[in-house]
Amino acid sequence: MIDLIGLAIAIPLLAAGVNMLAGVRLGRYAGWFATAAMVASFAVVLGALLDLLSMPAAERSHVVAAAEWIRAGAATVSIDLRVDPLSITMAMVVTGVGSLIHLYAIGYMEHDPRPGRFFGYMNLFCAFMLALVLANDFLLLYLGWEGVGLCSYLLIGFWSDRPEAARAAKKAFITTRVGDVMLLLGLFVVWTHFGSFDFDTVLGGEGTLPEIATGTATAISLLMLGGAVGKSAQLPLHVWLPDAMAGPTPVSALIHAATMVTAGVYLVVRTHVLFEISEVALTVVAVVGLAGALYAGFASLGQYDMKRALAYSTMSQLGFMFLAAGLGYYAIAMSLLVAHAFYKALLFLTSGNVMHGLHDEIDVRRLGGLRRDMPLTAALFAGGALALSGLPPFSGFFTKDTILELASHDGDVYAYVLGSLGALVSAWYVARLFFTAFIGDRRYEGRAHEASPVMQAPLVVLAIGALFAGLVLAATPEGRLATFLEPVLGPIVEGHAGPSTGVLVAISVVVTLLGIGIAWRLYRPSQVERWVSFPEREPGMAGVLGHAFYLDDLYAWIVSAVGLRGAAALEWFDRTVVDGVVNGVGRLAVWAAGLAPIWQSGKVRRYALSFLAGGVALLVFAVVRV
Amino acid sequence: MDLPWLTLVIVAPLVGVPVLAAWRTISDEAARWVGFGATLVAFVVSLGMLLDFETGEAGFQLVSKHPWVESAGLSWFLGVDGFSVWLVMVTTFMFPIAVAASWRIDHQVRRYMAVALFLETVILGAFLSLDLLLFFLFFEALLFPMYYIVGVWGSKRRIYAATKFLLYTMFGSAFLLVGILWLYIESGKQLGAATFDLTALEQLQLPTGAGRWLFLAFFIGFAVKVPVWPLHTWLPDAHTEAPTKGSVVLAAILLKTGPYGMLRFNLDLFPEASRFFADAIMLLAVVGIVYGAIVAMMQSDIKRLIAYSSVSHMGLIVLGIFAFSAESMDGAVMQMVNHGLSTGMLFLVFGMLYERTHTREIADLGGIVQVTPWLAGAYVVAMLSSIGLPGLNNFVGEFLVLLGTFSVDRVLASIAILGVILSAIYMLWSYQRTFQGPAKERWGRLPDLSWREGAIVAPIVVVMLWIGLHPAPILERLRPTSEQVSERVRTVQVGEAVEPLTEASGAEGAEP
Repeated sequence: MIDLIGLAIAIPLLAAGVNMLAGVRLGRYAGWFATAAMVASFAVVLGALLDLLSMPAAERSHVVAAAEWIRAGAATVSIDLRVDPLSITMAMVVTGVGSLIHLYAIGYMEHDPRPGRFFGYMNLFCAFMLALVLANDFLLLYLGWEGVGLCSYLLIGFWSDRPEAARAAKKAFITTRVGDVMLLLGLFVVWTHFGSFDFDTVLGGEGTLPEIATGTATAISLLMLGGAVGKSAQLPLHVWLPDAMAGPTPVSALIHAATMVTAGVYLVVRTHVLFEISEVALTVVAVVGLAGALYAGFASLGQYDMKRALAYSTMSQLGFMFLAAGLGYYAIAMSLLVAHAFYKALLFLTSGNVMHGLHDEIDVRRLGGLRRDMPLTAALFAGGALALSGLPPFSGFFTKDTILELASHDGDVYAYVLGSLGALVSAWYVARLFFTAFIGDRRYEGRAHEASPVMQAPLVVLAIGALFAGLVLAATPEGRLATFLEPVLGPIVEGHAGPSTGVLVAISVVVTLLGIGIAWRLYRPSQVERWVSFPEREPGMAGVLGHAFYLDDLYAWIVSAVGLRGAAALEWFDRTVVDGVVNGVGRLAVWAAGLAPIWQSGKVRRYALSFLAGGVALLVFAVVRV
Repeated sequence: MDLPWLTLVIVAPLVGVPVLAAWRTISDEAARWVGFGATLVAFVVSLGMLLDFETGEAGFQLVSKHPWVESAGLSWFLGVDGFSVWLVMVTTFMFPIAVAASWRIDHQVRRYMAVALFLETVILGAFLSLDLLLFFLFFEALLFPMYYIVGVWGSKRRIYAATKFLLYTMFGSAFLLVGILWLYIESGKQLGAATFDLTALEQLQLPTGAGRWLFLAFFIGFAVKVPVWPLHTWLPDAHTEAPTKGSVVLAAILLKTGPYGMLRFNLDLFPEASRFFADAIMLLAVVGIVYGAIVAMMQSDIKRLIAYSSVSHMGLIVLGIFAFSAESMDGAVMQMVNHGLSTGMLFLVFGMLYERTHTREIADLGGIVQVTPWLAGAYVVAMLSSIGLPGLNNFVGEFLVLLGTFSVDRVLASIAILGVILSAIYMLWSYQRTFQGPAKERWGRLPDLSWREGAIVAPIVVVMLWIGLHPAPILERLRPTSEQVSERVRTVQVGEAVEPLTEASGAEGAEP
């Protein structure tokens, strides 16, 4: 199946074309059609995975030629696909979780009048995402990178009659484009240095390192990190992600939790050799990740909109992935990426169940007691929350806590302590959502209806993944996934500093329980009055958390006060000064022409005639001159 | 086939003119078909030219040279190379589309079609002339049909806009004419016989100072047409007042005569001066990119917004030309084609919306996506192309220009790349305000794209995707020429006299 990997991209791409152009004809079968395409794509990727597993570990890297794209001057860019453990892991997540979310969306979008368009965009997204992860060169990666951004734009703004959706879509595209431009500059540096965009040339083949000065490597790495930060919603380009929740919930689950936002992590992991040459860049990755994990964790605590809270949680979890990558534990970053895809998709889709059952109500202040109306949904959410919080033996524990454990063994005290604080906050915010939305008394009118089987079935699969993926794939730092990825990412070298693993596990369990305990103390049913009135009692604190430390407000102020005013001033300058000079010269000429009576008509036709006359005179002159 | 392709290409649109001129009682519908048919003939003929074009050749091909006014050194001297072949193709491709898009014009249709065909001929002539006087005649002649189209079939302030367009560009041309005459006289002194032949003029030994002055004269002539910042203010007025077809032709094709002239004449005739002024011109180009984009952002009229976006995009083209790397020149020519397609399509689709709403004000619009999803979809495709989304045409050119410039001047490339962000801002923001948002009762009954309109838009989308995904056929034919020109300019040292070209390299394939 490896040679046929192109089909994994082609099938959803074709299905997207059919759905977008003829979706009206397909009607409500559009969703089934799109889901079938995703399952077929999944089958191709699975086949490639099985092929890889049947080969010796050292021979699991393949390049499948497709076509030439751009050839200009010395620049040749061919479309080659790369099948290796890293790209296949990503492709499995995209097609596997993608298929489940497509299936869910059939139920979720059943009342939408334009299913063809929606599912067309979803399929298109998956095709671009697969191009991104399967690319064997930076330019195809960039094509996928921009393509997923486009689909994200189209899907966030899918309900474009809602002003907030249209605004959020635009904001997402523009903010990530700031990052994309840095990535593009990074590619230019790659080109000027290597004269190629090919991964094999730039990243070095088997066991060889790219020949590159540390400074150049730092420049490339930091510019790429800029792109990654935009796509993965990390500080300081994170502001688009919470607003992006205005899109349909399956979109939030697929694009803004499981796949697209992880592209930044993938980019760093894929290009880790460059980051390693420049140690500075690696440190910056870790710092950005840790800061984002903490920042977003606390911000999540201040949100009353469940989806916004989950969006900050996503940012926080991505922060942990960057932290892992920055500390050099690439395989662990990937394990967390896989586990997170399961449990965060699950959390988003269960909150989608809530919206579906309660007329789009998503504010936890007006929820509560949902477990009685929606027992299965509540149980599934609890599963996702347990997985995220990091209690053993669920997947968050084997992935996120492994990062902290390794950091401690390496003697990275700051990373360990601050990371543990992040873990505590993670358990806290996710438990908060469960306590406030699902237990206690109902704070909503009427009854919520439980979701249909087509929505519940994929959630059950996701829940199994969320709970047990860690145990199966990453039970130890040298677990199955890390071993599989080792040919690409290298082995994880464990240090021996600090407390033993047993002690660290105990501490981590205590930290997680502490987070859940704090949440229980603050948000248990008897405390409803207290936490709902928190903003009145502590407006300062609630404002800081609710507005995520006012960063977004700061940007908005800069854009309107400096950006728009400056642009308006420039527009005024263009209209009055630049054009004013032109019109002034024109008037002067007309006035001067007034001195000569023949011009007095002021008719342009006459100027035109004069020109022609001049031209003819010139010709005549030339002829006669003989 | 050994046909005089270039002459045929130039003459082809004119086949319709005698019909329109002689048949005075022709119905409007028939006149439209005659116009459309003639532009299609031109397109087919240009395909023949493309088939006979040798890939991998750098110099002029399919040359035809016939003395015309021998005593004056004027000759019917045509030739095509990797640069002009694509400009000819985009011209013949966009013209039938532009004519089809003005089907709704019902005022003096016969005359309108005749003017349109004449315009196509002179534009093609300008792209194919290798005789400077011939070029100048075409270059100037194209002002009048354009003036006429804006002035007669334009909207409210059409006379002001048309006059400004005419006078502004003629102001630039005056310098160009002086430059051409100077060269002509100089050729009489140096070569024995005065000539306007480009390949002969390339061999002139110009003193450094004179070369630089001449360069400036040519440059100003072309810079107005591009337009290079700050000579751009005629463009928004002309675009805004022109009918849809006028805007399409203006944006897609006419503006390209400016950068084409720089590429063909400035670089070829004055390589030393090109090097000397390159930094300053690149700076103007980068200012234009950022300035045009910011001013575009603040426009309240969609057509003005698209016009300012042209100022920004054309800046990128000039940047690519004067960065002198083979990649950036490839990119610049690609961008001339791409800007023609994407901006042309933006004007086309907006023209379709305008026919329905009769307003260009962003504030009046909004809530249209739900009513006319296909129209909005077409606009989105044009917009995505315009903001350089990979997979669509513009990205290829933009990428190559920026990549080529980056290898020459990192700082300027890093500033120019801001255009990538800014274009997303002004385009998406205007799309949000024009098409998205809550439905408005006023626009509740707009019809969606008709089959005719769909058929106008579809070929452009196909070509956009083709260029975006498989630009190799274009780049292959472009590369030898841009490599040769880039090589020639780069070997010149600033301040040193230029070695004259030998006959062989200057006029490859020219008939004796």
